[in-house]
Amino acid sequence: MPDIQVCVQSSKLAVREALKELLAGLGPLHLDVEEVGTVELVMAEALNNIVEHAYPAGDPAGPIRIACKHATDGLHLTVTDEGRGMPDGRTPLGLAANLDVDFCDMPEGGFGWFLIKDLAKEVTYKRIDPQNRLTLRLAVAMA
Amino acid sequence: MDLRSRSEDNLQVVSVHDARIDAAVAIEFKDAMRASTDGGSETVILDLSEVQFIDSSGLGAIVAAMKNMGQARTLALAGLTPTVDKVFRLTRMDSVFAVFPTLDGALTELKA
Repeated sequence: MPDIQVCVQSSKLAVREALKELLAGLGPLHLDVEEVGTVELVMAEALNNIVEHAYPAGDPAGPIRIACKHATDGLHLTVTDEGRGMPDGRTPLGLAANLDVDFCDMPEGGFGWFLIKDLAKEVTYKRIDPQNRLTLRLAVAMA
Repeated sequence: MDLRSRSEDNLQVVSVHDARIDAAVAIEFKDAMRASTDGGSETVILDLSEVQFIDSSGLGAIVAAMKNMGQARTLALAGLTPTVDKVFRLTRMDSVFAVFPTLDGALTELKA
């Protein structure tokens, strides 16, 4: 599979556009529905976080870039943006949401980092001013 | 967001005629669900068989729809496609909702 490069300008619909381009680029790997789901879900969460937190409403929009390489141990993805950094310079822990709560306290959010960390094998984050760089390995299409 | 609602006996079925419930449409989905279910029957089946993808925002919007209906009513989910099912399983939200593989199965079970 040729390496994939996707670049979109941050916006509400940018995530759909970027996912569509990425998944089209993965076509030659003939991933099964389970694997496609893993890639789409992890990347949707990573990109939604950038749109919501790196380029929050009120800040100017900026680029979101995805680079993807296929190797024997799966897909290596790098996501970069030039927006705000993560608070404390690191990703949230991504713990499972507590569902043992009253009906009205049932969580409506906080699932994103849990899904990323649950589904991705390696997750690293670095702030290299002015860039945020997130790298992920997904154990799909393994040799 | 294209939601269509119909009644079957004492049940209401809300079918989602969109391929995605994601961050781009989560608020719209929540509002559309509120409009369809407010004052409706005690049990509502959300037919997700046309939905190919949800993200955590979509999941949150479905939880919000359930909370909006109130604890005395039931929001059941039917027809989960593989990736939608995966999101519910991984987050263990499949333990919070009554989940049915098919709409027919949900109707048979819940009409009883």
